[in-house]
Amino acid sequence: MSLTLAAGALRQTDYWWTVFKRTWKGGVITSFVSPLFYVVAMGVLLGGFIDGDPTKLEGATSYLAFIVPGLVATHAMTIAVGETTYPVMGSIKWHRTYYSMIATPLEPRHVVAANLMFVLFRLATACGLFMLVLAPFGVFESWWGPFVAFGAQLLVGMAFAGIVFGYSTRIKSEAAFGVLFRLGVLPLTLFSGAFFPISNLGPWLEWVARLTPLWHGVNLSRMFCLDTVDSTMAVLNASVLLVTIAVGWFWSVSGLQRRLAD
Amino acid sequence: MILARGLRKSFGDFEAVKGIDVDVRRGEAFGFLGPNGAGKSSTMRMIASVSPISGGTLEILGMDPAKDGPAIRARLGVCPQEDTLDNELNVRDNLYIYGRYFGIPKGEVNSRVDELLEFVSLTDKARSKVEDLSGGMKRRLTIARSLVNKPDLLLLDEPTTGLDPQARHVLWDQLFRLKQAGVTLVITTHYMDEAEQLCDRLVVMDKGLIAAEGSPRQLIEEHSTREVTELRFAITDETNPHSAVADKIEDLGRLEVLPDRILVYSSDGEEVIAKAHERGLDPIAVLVRRSTLEDVFLKLTGRTLVD
Repeated sequence: MSLTLAAGALRQTDYWWTVFKRTWKGGVITSFVSPLFYVVAMGVLLGGFIDGDPTKLEGATSYLAFIVPGLVATHAMTIAVGETTYPVMGSIKWHRTYYSMIATPLEPRHVVAANLMFVLFRLATACGLFMLVLAPFGVFESWWGPFVAFGAQLLVGMAFAGIVFGYSTRIKSEAAFGVLFRLGVLPLTLFSGAFFPISNLGPWLEWVARLTPLWHGVNLSRMFCLDTVDSTMAVLNASVLLVTIAVGWFWSVSGLQRRLAD
Repeated sequence: MILARGLRKSFGDFEAVKGIDVDVRRGEAFGFLGPNGAGKSSTMRMIASVSPISGGTLEILGMDPAKDGPAIRARLGVCPQEDTLDNELNVRDNLYIYGRYFGIPKGEVNSRVDELLEFVSLTDKARSKVEDLSGGMKRRLTIARSLVNKPDLLLLDEPTTGLDPQARHVLWDQLFRLKQAGVTLVITTHYMDEAEQLCDRLVVMDKGLIAAEGSPRQLIEEHSTREVTELRFAITDETNPHSAVADKIEDLGRLEVLPDRILVYSSDGEEVIAKAHERGLDPIAVLVRRSTLEDVFLKLTGRTLVD
C-alpha cells in the first residue's frame, strides 16, 4: 500500500528543515538584498527620470510603484528557478540523494511534493518579507491588495517551479541550464512587463509577452498592488498560472519517475 | 524472501538481465557474482523495488514489487554501490533523517541512531560532516543507514569496492554479525574472497544469465578440481613457446596457458610436478594450491576484460 501524498511529503520535513537551517543565511542575500538593489537602482534612481504618468504606467503614479509588483513577481520566478535547477540535478546526478529517498517507502511523487513545498516556503518568506519592507514606501494603493498580490507571486513562482523541476529531471547535463537561463529566464525577466508596460513592445510582441506565464503573474501582482483590478483579466491570469502549476506537477512527477527507474 | 522466475531487464534494445531464476531463503547470505556488466546491479535494483521488471516474475517477501513497492521497501535495507549519503549533513543527521523517511517516531529513531553508530564504530564521528569521512567510514555509515528500519532483507551492492583491507575486514565482521542476528543478506561482489567469506549460496552471473549456482564449496567441486598447479618457466621465446611446453603435459589435467605461467587443474598437484620433471620440463617456479572460487569464476566468465 502506497503512502498518501501528504504523509509521504511530511516524512521529509526533518530533511527540509535541516536544509533550511543550513541555507537560510545565504538565502537572505539572494532573496532579499539583491532585489532591494534592483528596487533602489531601477525604481528609485532610474525611476527619478521617468514621468509618473498613470495613463502610461498602467495606473501607477510613480515608476517605483509600477516596477515593484513586477519585480517581486519576477523575483519569485528567479527563486523558483534557482531552487529547481542545480539542487534538483545535484540530487539526481551528483549526490544521488533522491535515489536514497526512493529506496524507502517514499515514491517520486512524495519527493517532488516535499521539494515543491520547500520552494513554496522559500517563495512565501522571500516575497512576503519583501512586500512588508516595501509597504512604507507608498507603493500600494490599498491595504488588502498586496495580500492578493502576494498570492499571485506565489502562483507565478510555483508555475515556474513545476515546469523547471520537470525540465531538470529530463536533462543529462547542467550545460542545458545555460540555455534555460539565457533563452528563458533572461528574456522573460526583461520583456514580460516587469520593467515597462508590454504595450511598448508593439502589437505582435505584446501578444507574445501575454502568452508567457511570467506576464500573467506580473499583471496579477500589479493589478492588486495598484488597485486597478479587472476581474475578468484577474481570473484569466490566475487560471493560466493554476493550469501551468498543474501541468508542471505532472511533468515533474513523470520526469522524476522515469529518471529514477533507469 | 526472494523468488524470481525468468526475470528480465531491458534498457531500450539492450538486455541487461536475460531471464534468471533466483530463490533466496530466510536467514541466508546469498551472493551475486559476476564481472562488470553481468547484470548484477540491474537485478539488485529490481529486487530493491525501485526499477520495474521488464519480464518474468519477481516476488519479494511474498509481495509483488509492481504493486507493493512501498510495503516491500519498508522492510528492506539497501546499501547501494555508489554512496548516496547526503554530504551536506553530518553523520548523525544522515541516519536520523533517513529513519524519518520510514515514518519511525522521532524518539525511536534517536535511540536507533545511537545504537547503529555504536555498531559501526562511528559514535565519535556523530557530528562530523560526511565529506570529511574516509571511504571505509562512509561505507559503514551507509550500512548503518540501511539498518535504520531494522530490515528483514539487506541488499548490499558491492559493499567493499574501493576499501582498504582493514576496512573490508571490519565490514565483513559487521555483516557476519548481522547474519548471526538473522538478517537475510543479498550481496553482489566481484571479489571472490568476499563471496567465500560471506555467502552461504551464490550464483555466478555472466552476460545477463546465471552461469552456475551453489555454495562456494559446491561450485568449486563442480566447476574446478581439488588442486591447481601453477608452473612458471624461463621467459619463453618463439623457439620455445609456452604452447610447446603445454603439449607435453596436456594429459595431466585441464590446462590454462597464460603468458607468464601454465595452470594445471588436477586432483593431485604433487603428481603433476613429478610428471612434468619426468618429461624433461624444468619450471623455474612451482606452486600447488587449493582451487578457489576465483578459478571457478574465471572458468565460467572467461579472462577477457569486460568494459
